[in-house]
Amino acid sequence: MALMRKSRQPKWNRRHLLGLRELTAEEITYILDTAEGFEQVSRRSVKKAPPLRGKVVVNLFFEDSTRTRTSFALAANRLSADIIEFTKKSSSVSKGETLLDTARNLEAMGIDIVVVRHGAGGAARLLSRNIKACVVNAGDGFCEHPTQALLDVYTIRKIKGSLEGLKIAIVGDIAHSRVARSDMWAMTKLGAEVIFVGPPTLMPGQVNRLPVKVSHSLDEVIEEVDVVNMLRIQFERLGGNPFPSIREYSHYFGLTVDRMKKTKPDILVMHPGPINRGLEMESEVADGGNSVILEQVTNGLAVRMAVLFLVNQAAAMEK
Amino acid sequence: MKVILDAAQIEQTIRDLTGQIVAVNCGDADLAVVGIRSRGEVLAQRLAAQLSAESGKVIPCGTLDITLYRDDLNSPEGLAQPVVRTTEIGFDISDKIIVLVDDVLHTGRSARAAMDALIDLGRPRAIRLAVLIDRGGREFPIQADYTGYSSDAAPGELVQVRFIECDGKDEVIIE
Amino acid sequence: MTGWVNGRAEKGNKIVAGMNAELLVKNGRVIDPANGIDTKADVLVAGGKIVQVGRVDPAAAKSAKKVIDAEGMLVSPGLIDIHVHFREPGDEEEETIASGSAAAVAAGFTSVVCMPNTNPIIDNETDVEYIHRKGRQARKTHVYTMGAITKGLKGVELAEMGMMIEAGAVGFTDDGCGVQDPAVMLRALKYASMFDVVIAQHCQDDGFAANGVMNAGYFSTILGLPGIDALAEEAMLWRDIQLVKKTNVRYHAQHISTAGSVELIRSAKAASLPVTCEVSPHHLLLTDENCCEYDTNYKVNPPLRSGKDIEAIRRAVGEGLVDALATDHAPHLQSEKELEFLAAPFGIASLECALGLYVKALIQPGIIDWPGLISLMTSRPAKIIGIDKGTLARGAQADITIIDPDAEYEIDVNTFVSKSRNCPYHGWKIKGKAIKTIVQGEVRFEA
Repeated sequence: MALMRKSRQPKWNRRHLLGLRELTAEEITYILDTAEGFEQVSRRSVKKAPPLRGKVVVNLFFEDSTRTRTSFALAANRLSADIIEFTKKSSSVSKGETLLDTARNLEAMGIDIVVVRHGAGGAARLLSRNIKACVVNAGDGFCEHPTQALLDVYTIRKIKGSLEGLKIAIVGDIAHSRVARSDMWAMTKLGAEVIFVGPPTLMPGQVNRLPVKVSHSLDEVIEEVDVVNMLRIQFERLGGNPFPSIREYSHYFGLTVDRMKKTKPDILVMHPGPINRGLEMESEVADGGNSVILEQVTNGLAVRMAVLFLVNQAAAMEK
Repeated sequence: MKVILDAAQIEQTIRDLTGQIVAVNCGDADLAVVGIRSRGEVLAQRLAAQLSAESGKVIPCGTLDITLYRDDLNSPEGLAQPVVRTTEIGFDISDKIIVLVDDVLHTGRSARAAMDALIDLGRPRAIRLAVLIDRGGREFPIQADYTGYSSDAAPGELVQVRFIECDGKDEVIIE
Repeated sequence: MTGWVNGRAEKGNKIVAGMNAELLVKNGRVIDPANGIDTKADVLVAGGKIVQVGRVDPAAAKSAKKVIDAEGMLVSPGLIDIHVHFREPGDEEEETIASGSAAAVAAGFTSVVCMPNTNPIIDNETDVEYIHRKGRQARKTHVYTMGAITKGLKGVELAEMGMMIEAGAVGFTDDGCGVQDPAVMLRALKYASMFDVVIAQHCQDDGFAANGVMNAGYFSTILGLPGIDALAEEAMLWRDIQLVKKTNVRYHAQHISTAGSVELIRSAKAASLPVTCEVSPHHLLLTDENCCEYDTNYKVNPPLRSGKDIEAIRRAVGEGLVDALATDHAPHLQSEKELEFLAAPFGIASLECALGLYVKALIQPGIIDWPGLISLMTSRPAKIIGIDKGTLARGAQADITIIDPDAEYEIDVNTFVSKSRNCPYHGWKIKGKAIKTIVQGEVRFEA
């Protein structure tokens, strides 16, 4: 029972959430446990709690995003923080104000937490080294997207009880996916077995050195997995043409109604969104009984509230 | 370290508290008990059980986590690691008389946080405060409606309530 | 000391008393690989030229205007770096020929070769002459330049190689990128065959490199950064070697970085092709794992590879397959390097600590000895670009570097003479330092 948990030792002392690679299983579990406490805030009549009252959160987004940005904004609002939206579409190599200049300017205005999304891997880490505010990575290039992976494992844990021993397929463009990388770290640390599924042209370099199995056949793995996470084909990131056509891709790697007939009955179907319906997943599957895609979105809010709360606490303790 | 209440004395004190609550709220249909995590939760469960037995009907009991409402969250003097847990109140608190339960009443800050947390859940008809120990040292204008035992502890002293459910034995100590 | 026969030194012409000698370096361990010398000897300089290496007649010694006691020191021909970027013209905020050659002379170099990828590109005789004039005005090291193979480094039309050679260009390269079109490269080699000149190449097939910013492999995968495959370098080097077979023109592979490139060089040399190669300090010392904190001081092209590649390249140096050590000194402003790893420019500024880095990478592990290292920094690079340097032969220009092989120090970028600080070796402890640099008989640097 909860009462038995004694926590005098801090389980979380990071001012920044940059990625899941550097987190321990215990730290990840701690975020998930904390998120449970936040879930109910969204369910009651007064959907707001005061722990970040008077704090300023900046959504610093250099890439298009609707749901992640909205989710962070709502999470900050529900914790009573003030949220500033700073959206700037810029190619990272363009001359002019640099990422650091922008962040330092915002900091000069007095901000407490920067939620940053950027097209360059390592952008969040660069910020964290150079500004005093807390930095939360909302996606950097194809390096990491920690809160997405946290909400993925939160959703799985909530339904399956634990990730220990589960088989999870992550399907699609692994090479260019920050979600795949963050998922891999989180899921394997929590005891799941991860299988990357996709054509060899969409696998990252030296994938054999990652803690995953690799398969080039969705049909081969679909019967045995407990969870299938279908990545979005991101046309804007694909270089060249890594597969001959959308038709052929869907033929081998699309989650179709037919393929669903071969799965375990309680398989969870996940997708980080937004879905290319008919490409990586047929609509009937996306909206079907095994789909937890909307639960992912709901849980994302609790997870992001937990993350904002925890980094702010860590900063307060450092003072 | 000094034991100020032993197991038997705790049991008697809780019975006294039950009596006080029944006396004031006799026949009130809308009574509910809400304990503040974590020792208040145990005390609330025991009180609810006794109140249910006394009144012959089930008195609902819930648990409140006040972490998000603490006033020391952003100060370094706050808890080393405030742990957010779930609030578990399986009933609508609106229009109920809520007996808010905590183990020790000291500065009054927890009670303040708990009232704010409760109000965000609905609009109770009244909130009453029941505590096992009132050790004095108030910093906020808050008083208990039902007090089990009053103790004058010095400012530096720690009054600690232990319950079988979480600590292995029932006792109240001062150190 | 090695058992080299002290060739001409002892028998050398005795200097006549009363001759107007300007400098005597005495008691040092003279290492002159070009002439097979490694012995304790004196070096006498007159008229900006080497007059004698050996035991100098006391009377002649007395006539020297300046005497340097090099007891315990190494006396080497002036060091040569055949691969530097001094950013002038165009990016003088990063480095100038004056600041770059001042940094070079402070590091023991007496000759440097600038790369042509400036703004404008060095692709005509006027630009070549401009580099030379700036070098002369700086009066630090000799400053040479390579010209571009193709106009504007565009890889399409040949630049005016002949006119540039007449102006003093010591070779051609499109450094910064490789000549992509095989037909253009073949044409360049064919055309160059009517001159006695070296064509140098930064081997990188852009098709395989795919906008990469670091080595393609495990670390690029977990860092989420696009990678440059080793194949990008090896494919172009392989192609070029086939073209050299056809044209028999002197070809130089710049800053090779992979184990595969080593094997290609090995087979080309086994086939007696006129192929040479150089290696940079970072490809002897750093790996792609160094990029893990996204520190852009580790962003360099060709990228830092794996430990296995380092091992192969070090071994190649030991086997004599590598012809020169060259820094690829590539200065950049702090503000440029303070960018996202994806956006920051490539390059490491390492000129000023190069000697100690080579010692760390090659001498300390016992791969080569001092004469071996000095040959890779003097006679052998001089031969690649065809200049009459890197020797202490009588009558040669008196370019001399005096090295304290035991001087230990910590690299501090803030003490750099260079304008730039983009150096990942800050804080490293190294051993081996130039304490005096003499150019044309004149002491241009003293520690």
